[in-house]
Amino acid sequence: MLFTLKLRYTFHMLNELAHFALILALGVALIQMILPMIGAATGRRSWMAVAEPAATTQVVLVSFSFGVLMWAFIQSDFSLAIVYNNSHTAKPLIYKISGVWGNHEGSMLLWVYILTIFGASAAWFGGGLPEKLRARVLSVQASISVAFYLFILLTSNPFARLAVPPLNGLDLNPLLQDPGLAFHPPFLYLGYVGLSMSFSFAVAALIEGRVDAAWARWVRPWTLAAWMFLTVGIALGSWWAYYELGWGGFWFWDPVENASFMPWLIAAALLHSAIVVEKREALKSWTVLLAILAFGFSLLGTFIVRSGVLTSVHAFANDPERGVFILIILGVFTGGALTLYAARAGALEAKGIFGAVSRESGLVLNNILLAVSAFVVFVGTIWPLVAELTFGRTLSVGPPFFDAAFTPFMVALALALPLGSMLSWKRGTLGKVWSRLWPFAILALALGCLAYAMQSGRSALGPIGAALGAWTVMGALVDLWQRAGRGDIIGRLGRLTRLSGADWGKAAAHIGLGITVFGVAGITAWQQEDIRVANLNERFDVGSYSFEIEDVSQIEGPNYLTTMGEVSVTQGVRDITTLYPEKRFYPVAQMPTTEAAILNGVLRDLYVVIGDAQSGGGYTMRVYIKPFANWIWGGAMLMALGGFLSLTDRRLRMAAGAAKPKVKAAKPVNA
Amino acid sequence: MIRLLLLLCTLAAPVWAVEPSEMLDDPVLEARSRTLSEGLRCPICRNESIDESHASLSKDLRIILRERLVEGDTDAEAVDYMVQRYGEFILLNPQVTGVNWLLWGAGPMMLLAALGIGATAIRKRGLATQEGLSDDEEARLKEILRD
Repeated sequence: MLFTLKLRYTFHMLNELAHFALILALGVALIQMILPMIGAATGRRSWMAVAEPAATTQVVLVSFSFGVLMWAFIQSDFSLAIVYNNSHTAKPLIYKISGVWGNHEGSMLLWVYILTIFGASAAWFGGGLPEKLRARVLSVQASISVAFYLFILLTSNPFARLAVPPLNGLDLNPLLQDPGLAFHPPFLYLGYVGLSMSFSFAVAALIEGRVDAAWARWVRPWTLAAWMFLTVGIALGSWWAYYELGWGGFWFWDPVENASFMPWLIAAALLHSAIVVEKREALKSWTVLLAILAFGFSLLGTFIVRSGVLTSVHAFANDPERGVFILIILGVFTGGALTLYAARAGALEAKGIFGAVSRESGLVLNNILLAVSAFVVFVGTIWPLVAELTFGRTLSVGPPFFDAAFTPFMVALALALPLGSMLSWKRGTLGKVWSRLWPFAILALALGCLAYAMQSGRSALGPIGAALGAWTVMGALVDLWQRAGRGDIIGRLGRLTRLSGADWGKAAAHIGLGITVFGVAGITAWQQEDIRVANLNERFDVGSYSFEIEDVSQIEGPNYLTTMGEVSVTQGVRDITTLYPEKRFYPVAQMPTTEAAILNGVLRDLYVVIGDAQSGGGYTMRVYIKPFANWIWGGAMLMALGGFLSLTDRRLRMAAGAAKPKVKAAKPVNA
Repeated sequence: MIRLLLLLCTLAAPVWAVEPSEMLDDPVLEARSRTLSEGLRCPICRNESIDESHASLSKDLRIILRERLVEGDTDAEAVDYMVQRYGEFILLNPQVTGVNWLLWGAGPMMLLAALGIGATAIRKRGLATQEGLSDDEEARLKEILRD
């Protein structure tokens, strides 16, 4: 008894200490924000040197804070309000852990935790950076930390207490109790926050008034990493929606989805334009602008998700504190950086020049298409708000708008990609590239025609998607083959294995894009749906498959009750599988969920959902045949892999650490 | 997290979108109503069409929509019927009228502007690139010299 009391007292202490650690971290971040910046301006090395230990201290403090919160969730310490509101003793351990970020306060703590880790990484691995640039980057990074510590401490304290701890909690929303969604937020945040590094580098460069190839080599790994994490995070969210929401939708153009998609598009543009800066010292000011915008969109995304302003203007007006705070953060950082940009961008002189037909121009086109498509998503997302506040028109902007307004840009992008990516730097000829690609253009076109001939409907969507996807994939393969140089096949294959990480990364990411394009078009154009009341032991056909409910049973799970159907699937005389779709009920949250049963396949998914029992016997059933579903996420994973392969490239590694002594020798501290 | 709120509003209702009992026997009419209901917003949900929504109001609207079609309304008339009762808020595909021109025109206008700026900048700089050899030309030169 005494021991339990003591233990409880220790928990109390820990929670208070964790709260205090956050306050301390705010103080440390303030120092890291001010001293190195002044030190860099006045040439005081000792002031600049504060940045690294300060960044490390921040990580230590926030790690402690985050660790205590996680411990509180694992131990079900219901004296903390957010544990009470989002957890339950009966919940499986993994969802107790993911409950830490399955709520507003905890997710903001995760946000700032990742922010400090990124900042400290720049301090730890940024040895090759010029001293002043590093000091300024860490200072800008700390200023973002300061803003978010203040946000957490003033409006969203995760360590808020309940005077009388309840005996049990209210449970996490059952929809969030899912492996796909448990790790969706951390990946998204790694992406959002990773872009803060690109932002800090951009602002530091503007203050210095210098952007060169080395700067681009330092910015690119951070952008690549952020983009890679965003890709994984978005794909996880989409995959979760596919199997969890009960009808296999994978993208909804929901404001919250758009919030993560906009920074993804801009980050994709940024990592391409940074290549031009690195290789050709052109597009400097544009790249800096993209870096600012990418993080601006991350902040905007955080604002959209955390304020709820786009869900309902009224919800926002009722509880404006948090929303207004993030809006101020957004305004100060984006507005401040853009003002600085307006004042200093002129100082960034371009060295490299290039012709109208060149790799550089191809990348400019890539940037235009990606940036304008992000702009379309942005306008569509905020338009209901603008129309209501400015013009008094209450309207909706839904998937039909985005499908119509966004898709053409992706079509243009996929069309131009193989051509642009094979043009030579500085001055190229389209004819030369075309002479290598035209057989594959015809092949892709033929594939589209074949798809058109084979499908039952007259929709052009599927065939176009098939042709575009094939064109992109084949283009990437031809590019790779071309890079293997001349000579016989053996020699080329040998050289292929020695290609750089960046080359392989480029190929993987572009092939991934093609596969995703194909998957999206395929599932949208060719999916089959069947909705009916199905009786027990009565066979029905969907497409070439037959389905039959053999049994329905009631089963008790760890923290839910479930109605589970046993559905056998056959094709002709062949047994395919038995699927077990469920309809669950979570008593603590008083919430039903559907658990679709899915047979994954390369060419198609079979997707079966069971519904309510009908009064006349039988159950409502939804059966879908979803062609090429997995290609959507498979392509996304290939894109992320491409990012990873590029990250392993030797040139970037050298920029990060290996070149340290050389750079230091070459660039002594001047002034 | 993504569609959390959206699903919260379905709490009270059974977890079903289009139900077999609502569906019309005429496959052509049913297909038309499915297409139309995909473009109509569930008025009490978050960014969800009445076709995919589980809310009971959405169910009522799906039934009303089908009734209109059975009575011989054209697609436009059936949609107008809904707009008269719920306002243009119910349209997931925003009309191209009034200020919405800005919404629909934003992408194309921005694209034209960006292409214009990009092309001018490249051409201005491109004039200077007549000097020197490009990578392609250097490679070709090497080849010639090797022969």
